[in-house]
Amino acid sequence: MTATTPAGPPSGPPPTAPAAGAAGAASTAGGDAGRRPPAGAGPAHTGSAATRVIGWLALASLALLVLYGLIISPADREMDDVVRLMYVHVPSATYLYLGCFLTTLASGMWLWKRTPGWDALAETGAEVALVFAFVTLLTGSLWGRPTWGTYWTWDARLTTTAVLTALLAGYLALRRLDVDPDARSTRAAVVGLLLVPNVVIVNRSVEWWRSLHQSATLARIDPTIEGDMLVALMVGFLALGLVFAWLTIHRFRVAWLEQQADRVDLDAALAARRAEAADGDPHEKVTPA
Amino acid sequence: MIALTHAGYLAAGWLGTAALVGGYALVVLRRGRRLSRHVPTEERRWS
Repeated sequence: MTATTPAGPPSGPPPTAPAAGAAGAASTAGGDAGRRPPAGAGPAHTGSAATRVIGWLALASLALLVLYGLIISPADREMDDVVRLMYVHVPSATYLYLGCFLTTLASGMWLWKRTPGWDALAETGAEVALVFAFVTLLTGSLWGRPTWGTYWTWDARLTTTAVLTALLAGYLALRRLDVDPDARSTRAAVVGLLLVPNVVIVNRSVEWWRSLHQSATLARIDPTIEGDMLVALMVGFLALGLVFAWLTIHRFRVAWLEQQADRVDLDAALAARRAEAADGDPHEKVTPA
Repeated sequence: MIALTHAGYLAAGWLGTAALVGGYALVVLRRGRRLSRHVPTEERRWS
C-alpha cells in the first residue's frame, strides 16, 4: 500500500523541511511571496494508476459479492436469508481491526521517528476504521433483530465494539483540536496506541465473557462454514479488502496534502511578515535622525 | 431476483453499507481535489 503513496511513512520529509518547489519559492521575499500554485498545475486529485486499478478491481469484486452473497450462496437452515448479512458484517469487522492496527503501528512509529508520513498514516487508519466500525454496527444490529430479537443489547462483544468505535471517534476529535500540530499528533498517538489492546478485548470478548454473539467461525481448526457460503465470505473479504486499500491510499494522500497545505500557508505567512519587515526598514533608519 | 426472507433487513444492511462506504469515498475524493489545488505539484508525487 505504501509503495504507491507519496513518500511512504519512513521516508517522508520532516514537516519543517521546505520543499524545493513552489512552497520554497513562496518563502522568498518579493512580490511572488505567498502566491499559491496555479490550479491545474498538475493532476488535482489523489488518484493514480494504482488506485484506478484497485478501484476497478474493487468494483468488480463488489459485483461478484452481490452475485455470491445474495444469489448463489444458500440460505442458512436456522437463520434463513438473513445470514447473507454475514458476508458484509464479518469482513467489515476484520477491516475495522486492520485500520486500528495501522493506527497503533503508525502512532508508535510517529512517537519514535517523528516523520509526518507516520502521523498521516495514523490518522488515515483511524478514519477508515471508523467507517468500517459503523458498517459493522449497522449490519450487526440488523442481523441481531431477527436472530436475537433485538437490535442492540449490552452484550460483551457489542459493548466492547461500541467502546472501540467511541475510542476511534475520540481519537479523531483529538486530532481536530486547534493546538500546536506536534503536540496534537503526540497526544493522538498516545490514544492511538490504545486501539490494538482494545481490538484484542473485542476479539476475545466472546471467549472471556458470556455472550449472545457467536464465537469464531473461520479462525479455528474446524471452520463452521463451507461450500458456497465459505466462497461468498471469501469474496466479501476480497471485495471489502480492496475497498479498504483504495480508501486508505486516497485518505493517506489527503492527510499528506493537508500537511503540505498547512506548510504552504505557513511559508506564505512568514514571507508576508518578512516583506512587511523589509518595507519597514527605511522608516526605522530615518526616524532616529 | 430470487425471493429472500428478511428482505428488509438485507436491503437495509447492504444498501446502508453501500451508502456509508460510497459516501465516505466521495467525501475523501472531494477533499483530495480541493486540497490538491493548494499544494505544489512537486508534493503530489503520485500524479
